[in-house]
Amino acid sequence: MAKGRVSIVVEHCKSCGYCVEFCPSHVLALSSAFNSKGYHPPHVVHPEKCSGCDLCGMYCPDFAIFATKNAVPKDGDK
Amino acid sequence: MKADPRGVLTGTHFIDGDHACCEGALAAGARFAAGYPITPSTEVVERFASRVPRVGGTFIQMEDELAASITLQGAVWGGAKAFTVTSGPGFSLMMEHIGYAAMTETPCVFVDVQRGGPSTGLPTLPAQADMMQARWGSHGDYEIIALCPNSPQECFDLTIKAFNLAEEFRVPVMFMMDEVVGHMTEKVIIPPADQIEVVPRKHTRKSVEEYLPYGTNGDQVPEMAHAGEGYNFHVTGLTHDEHGYPNMTPAVQDKLVRRLQNKIRDAADRIAMFEEEQLDGADVVVVSYGITSRVAQRAIGVAREMGLHVGKLRLITAWPFPEKKIRELATKVKAFVVPELNLGQMVHEVERAAAGNAKTFPVSHAGGGVHKPEDILKVIVEASRCQIV
Amino acid sequence: MSDSLIDITNVTNPVEPFLRTDRMPHIWCPGCGIGTTVNSFARALIESKIDLGSLALVSGIGCTGRVAGYVKLDSFHTTHGRAIPFATGLKLANPKLNVVVYSGDGDLSAIGGNHLIHAARRNIDLKVICVNNLIYAMTGGQTAPTTPNHSTTSTNPYGTFEPSFNLPHLVEAAGAVYVARWTTFHVRQLSRSISEAFKKKGFSFIEVISPCPTLYQRRNKLGDGLETMKYYKEKSKVRNGCPTSEVGLSMTGEIVVGKFVDRDRPDYQTMMRGQYQESLGEKFVEQDEQEVPVCS
Repeated sequence: MAKGRVSIVVEHCKSCGYCVEFCPSHVLALSSAFNSKGYHPPHVVHPEKCSGCDLCGMYCPDFAIFATKNAVPKDGDK
Repeated sequence: MKADPRGVLTGTHFIDGDHACCEGALAAGARFAAGYPITPSTEVVERFASRVPRVGGTFIQMEDELAASITLQGAVWGGAKAFTVTSGPGFSLMMEHIGYAAMTETPCVFVDVQRGGPSTGLPTLPAQADMMQARWGSHGDYEIIALCPNSPQECFDLTIKAFNLAEEFRVPVMFMMDEVVGHMTEKVIIPPADQIEVVPRKHTRKSVEEYLPYGTNGDQVPEMAHAGEGYNFHVTGLTHDEHGYPNMTPAVQDKLVRRLQNKIRDAADRIAMFEEEQLDGADVVVVSYGITSRVAQRAIGVAREMGLHVGKLRLITAWPFPEKKIRELATKVKAFVVPELNLGQMVHEVERAAAGNAKTFPVSHAGGGVHKPEDILKVIVEASRCQIV
Repeated sequence: MSDSLIDITNVTNPVEPFLRTDRMPHIWCPGCGIGTTVNSFARALIESKIDLGSLALVSGIGCTGRVAGYVKLDSFHTTHGRAIPFATGLKLANPKLNVVVYSGDGDLSAIGGNHLIHAARRNIDLKVICVNNLIYAMTGGQTAPTTPNHSTTSTNPYGTFEPSFNLPHLVEAAGAVYVARWTTFHVRQLSRSISEAFKKKGFSFIEVISPCPTLYQRRNKLGDGLETMKYYKEKSKVRNGCPTSEVGLSMTGEIVVGKFVDRDRPDYQTMMRGQYQESLGEKFVEQDEQEVPVCS
């Protein structure tokens, strides 16, 4: 299971590409979908690689993406 | 509420208008001034710089008038009553920020000790040529209140009034002195603090959730909050809505700018202060303000001795202009005589308000000195002889 | 192995509490770095655990000036170039406030230049964040004092021919006690610098080089926001403590970033009170603390 997960506010994205470029794990790519303003928001292509570092969130000029760390499952991970 | 006694220098003093103005500010509760030296106003803040560390407050001499005129507004939003002083060239520099104060409804006082102009002009000599500028100097539609003292005593009393009006209406108030009133030394009586009424800041008592920075509850003046109280409000010079957020549409512009205008205009009768004398039965009324009113008093006296029926209307508030009073008088008198230390400024307002029902005679003076009583008398006599068509 | 369900209703952007979300999306262009600086700023606020109730933000006019309208703080969008004197008045009237000035390069160094140097000289306790996009962006891309020489702008359509300001050098010479420069690529370092500035008493100046893809970069054929960020990544060199005389910028050259100045000297209010106490002794009366009125 991934250590983190990304949340994307599709309608606020302006397709600048910073999150895609600076994600150290290359989790994201710009999608071919459009939001209502005509921008291509990112989507998660490698969710399993997300560490929840939130660099995408730190770079995003539009507050349209952020990552959170997942809680560690209580029953251990075997 | 009553004045804070720590700022009130109760007693009988022999001081000039500049010094009296400073004492008025302190008595009104002003504890912040930002200034820049300019003759003939500098003494106001020099005295403040000397007094305020012993009363409790701050004076800062800024690097220019552009800074001074907005530093004082930062202080207002930080919780203080604040003012600045200047003269012609500095007044011109402050215009943008007078507009900012009007737009953001920042209560404050701008003192202009008028001197000869335009440009560098006559730094040490009087004029009254900034009167229209006080009203229209900044860009856009806005209203201000302007007061004109004619003695050091009035420099004290009316400065308190200026601060009170600023707080009541959340508006920048122009205190229009002139170099003679500023530099003349006369007796000034400062009463005990409990005899001085001051108007406190119109601070909101609403909760953070309910408070709207530019919302009004039926009256036209919103309640204020200060930085650091947890309201998280926004203030901008852009056209804004009740939240204070920029909202640049014609509808919001109309609502905002009309309210800024109406909050003063609707209260014009209450704000207007003037001194009247023998208006009943007058043929001619002399309309004057500031130092010119004292010269006019002499001319009026001589004219009455000559048998002429001359009334006096001294403007204490120049803005909002007492239109109603002039309009009424115009139907009863033959003429207005308006002496000013300029080439005709308030006379245009008199003429406009008279609406053709009475004649208007200016007595202009380019500044640099004061009228001789004979100059005003001559025009009073001429006005008395005029025929109304 | 059970796959624990992830609660997706409870996740919020950590910077959301600092934003006026009712005003999103903001007006800045795609690829504009200002939003990124606000992100770093918000994270600095979280990290430094600053009391938001006593924080005030003052901005001037320009794209960066719009920051004041988007942060959920006591915020003041003032006149062009005059954020610093307004902030000075705010701070002097209520010394308990933490006052941040957040404005652009044109606003702070051109029309506001005089106020910048005097506030630095006086060491007024202000934290100044200067977003430097090398241009007057809001008004359509005119030359700024920071526009690198030989750039094309709308008021220099044949190319600029003026040397540009080295802002860290200017403010250090004027007296600033904390001077740093980062780019919008250096999000973590920027947050850290802002947190450090909050701990500092005196005039702190943090310059952030930021893309203006719509105007500066486009007119000078320097690519879009992403390419500019890659340029920052590639060409910036961290040189903490570098003499500020050596950190001038050019259009495509090296960008020296880092913390350049971190020194101590008494701030304006400390000096003021000290002087009054020395001259007036017992007669000196401290300014009243601002009363917080009763509100529910």
